[in-house]
Amino acid sequence: MSDTHAQSVAFVRNTEIPPSLPPDTEGGVIKWVRENLFPNVLSGILTIVALYFIIRLSIFVVPWIWNGVWGADSLTNCREVLGGKTGACFSVITDRWHQLLFGAAYPRDLFFLSTMTGVPVADLVTPGGVRENTNFFQEFFFGYWRPVLAFVLLFVAIAPVLFSELPRKMLITTAIYPFAAFWLVWGGSLWVPVTILASLAIAYFAYSFVVNRSFFLGALSFLAVLILLLFDPIAMLINAAEFGRNSLAFLGWQRAENALPWVTVMEQNYPWLMNIFPLNAHVVEGLSTISSVSLASVPSRELGGFMLNMILGTVCVSLSLPLGILLALGRQSNLPLIKWVCVIFIEFIRGVPLITLLFVANVVLAYFLPPESNPDLIIRVMIMITLFASAYIAEVVRGGLAALPRGQYEAADSLGLEYAQAMRLIILPQALKISIPGIVNVAVGLFKDTTLVSIISMFDLVGLIRGPILASTDWNGVYWELFGFAALLFFVICYAISQYSQWLERKLQTGHR
Amino acid sequence: MTQAAKMKVSDEVAISIDQMNKWYGTFHVLRDINLTVYRGERIVICGPSGSGKSTLIRCINALEEHQAGRIEVDGTRLSSDLKNIDKIRSEVGMVFQHFNLFPHLTILENCTLAPIWVRKTPRKEAEETAMHFLEKVKIPEQADKYPGQLSGGQQQRVAIARSLCMRPRIMLFDEPTSALDPEMIKEVLDTMIELAEEGMTMLCVTHEMGFARQVANRVIFMDAGQIVEQNEPEEFFNNPQSDRTKLFLSQILGH
Ligand SMILES: Nc1ncnc2c1ncn2[C@@H]1O[C@H](COP(=O)(O)OP(=O)(O)O)[C@@H](O)[C@H]1O
Ligand SMILES: [Mg+2]
Repeated sequence: MSDTHAQSVAFVRNTEIPPSLPPDTEGGVIKWVRENLFPNVLSGILTIVALYFIIRLSIFVVPWIWNGVWGADSLTNCREVLGGKTGACFSVITDRWHQLLFGAAYPRDLFFLSTMTGVPVADLVTPGGVRENTNFFQEFFFGYWRPVLAFVLLFVAIAPVLFSELPRKMLITTAIYPFAAFWLVWGGSLWVPVTILASLAIAYFAYSFVVNRSFFLGALSFLAVLILLLFDPIAMLINAAEFGRNSLAFLGWQRAENALPWVTVMEQNYPWLMNIFPLNAHVVEGLSTISSVSLASVPSRELGGFMLNMILGTVCVSLSLPLGILLALGRQSNLPLIKWVCVIFIEFIRGVPLITLLFVANVVLAYFLPPESNPDLIIRVMIMITLFASAYIAEVVRGGLAALPRGQYEAADSLGLEYAQAMRLIILPQALKISIPGIVNVAVGLFKDTTLVSIISMFDLVGLIRGPILASTDWNGVYWELFGFAALLFFVICYAISQYSQWLERKLQTGHR
Repeated sequence: MTQAAKMKVSDEVAISIDQMNKWYGTFHVLRDINLTVYRGERIVICGPSGSGKSTLIRCINALEEHQAGRIEVDGTRLSSDLKNIDKIRSEVGMVFQHFNLFPHLTILENCTLAPIWVRKTPRKEAEETAMHFLEKVKIPEQADKYPGQLSGGQQQRVAIARSLCMRPRIMLFDEPTSALDPEMIKEVLDTMIELAEEGMTMLCVTHEMGFARQVANRVIFMDAGQIVEQNEPEEFFNNPQSDRTKLFLSQILGH
């Protein structure tokens, strides 16, 4: 058509060219190999070199895994079974899985295990950790049902946070979860988490009652009610008066024989300050006399293994997120005092290695605080890791805040929204959306960094491997299998987190903008 | 002249600005601004780029702070008192050049947010009001979409509806049509004309001279941070006094 009119400028198409299939050379395996593996000489060479290394690696790794020994009870036994062949000694994992997952000292629920399996309790307690009368599944699900249940519930609790499609009412499980998990893992009286939860609920009720008038009033009444319920205000007043009197005495304002050293004053009059959960103990006591629902309580030092990494990871990530957001907002504040406190805090924390902070938690804090008042090491470590992560999250969120156009702040202002409302309803939802990749990055890094606690002699997964397991006569020298197992556990979690964040980013991108 | 321009203006004062001065650092952006706006007045502010038009109307709802002089809006003196500022802002609607809708909220949520949180209107009532104003700007069918899914003209009309949902007594427009494609300018101007005809007090920064002739009862010309000339539209366009006004008008009207 067009060739008959090659010279003319005006052109109208009145027939349509039908689509046709591509030529045959555009498909098939050969084409794929040629285009992707050997498109030119350099790439061809690289392909061959890569293949060489992959084959060399598999020649070693495949038989190592294939010949792996699962049933032996020590490394020597493993070697006997292998009889000189290369092969892994996975028996260490089957023998010590309970330590690797839950820590060397975390107690099994023998009563429940015995009820569910029918094996008498006496036969469950065998010296040396060998469990002959039960299998892995019985041990895992019945013996360790408490941490296992806490782990399973974790997914129920974070699901509504991770997937906004789920009904918003499910967020209630998220709110209850920390208390449920605390009770499952640490045990003790059910009334402890229940009273804390109830106090929080009442405080939240007070907040929602007042928040319509002003957010700050709401926050204030929340704190006031919480303090009233959790701490014993009357005892606090008495203590404060006593403290004042004693301090005056100590400073020599009264007769010298009344004077007590400062630390003693603190210890005697401020037990509530020294406690980590200075919950109104009378309430718990009272409730416990009415009905005592309790699990065998487990001291913090008996937590260990991968469970300890998971606990540190989830607690610190979830605490550092709100703290990091507050720091980021504080850094943007117009009030110089708040601004500089936040800047100094963030810059200081970012300039110090985490391991230093952990040593501070371990040694220095213990040195300064009076011995009995010493909060659990795990709590000091949690505080340090949380502070550390929050400084990084603050910087990520600050980036998100800076990326928002000024017009958003101005539109919120021009409608008469208060600062807190503007932040909560307009600015943060958008800024956090931008910050998701960065926050996930910090979370993954933080989760892996929890293994650093092994250096201050806490028995997390790595601490356990380096300590009790590798030091035992049975398994001395089984490095690859143990650290491979640790790597696998961390990889599974971190890969899942990173996949989630990629999915979330795609979802937010295709959605509204 | 249309009905709007002939409409009687009351002598109740809506905004009074007295000897107002503003500096950005050492740069003197607004110099000795005196301006009284009566209720029901429709004022168009024009002037070359950088002359301080935006700054002037942003001072009125305290998006910018002024350093000297006084501004009273609806009888409330603008001071650094936050309560005053929030009160004035909820009485004064503002429409921006770049719409500034909240992209993470639907059109309906954009319109109900401030009534619910600032005015404490019950959600249902706020939604009814929002639908009323979305109908007025002729896009009720878009209520459940997100701003990113709308055209520029539609977004700007949503922005106007969002402001109106707060039932403001004064509306400020900062070049509401400058970021729009030509074919969308009319739909926004029509909305603004309708608003003017209902007697809304309006201050518009705009270079739409047709709009100025049709609805304004006063045109203000600014240059270098000062009010150079103000007059009724007919007089202003047909018989400009100052040389700077003449130059400006010749630049934007005649080519
Ligand atoms: N935040 C600011 N800081 C410093 N100078 C500014 C700022 N905003 C505006 N200006 C300056 O003030 C002058 C007036 O700006 P503006 O009111 O936006 O002018 P117009 O809206 O008339 O174009 C311009 O010269 C501009 O460069
Ligand atoms: Mg401007």
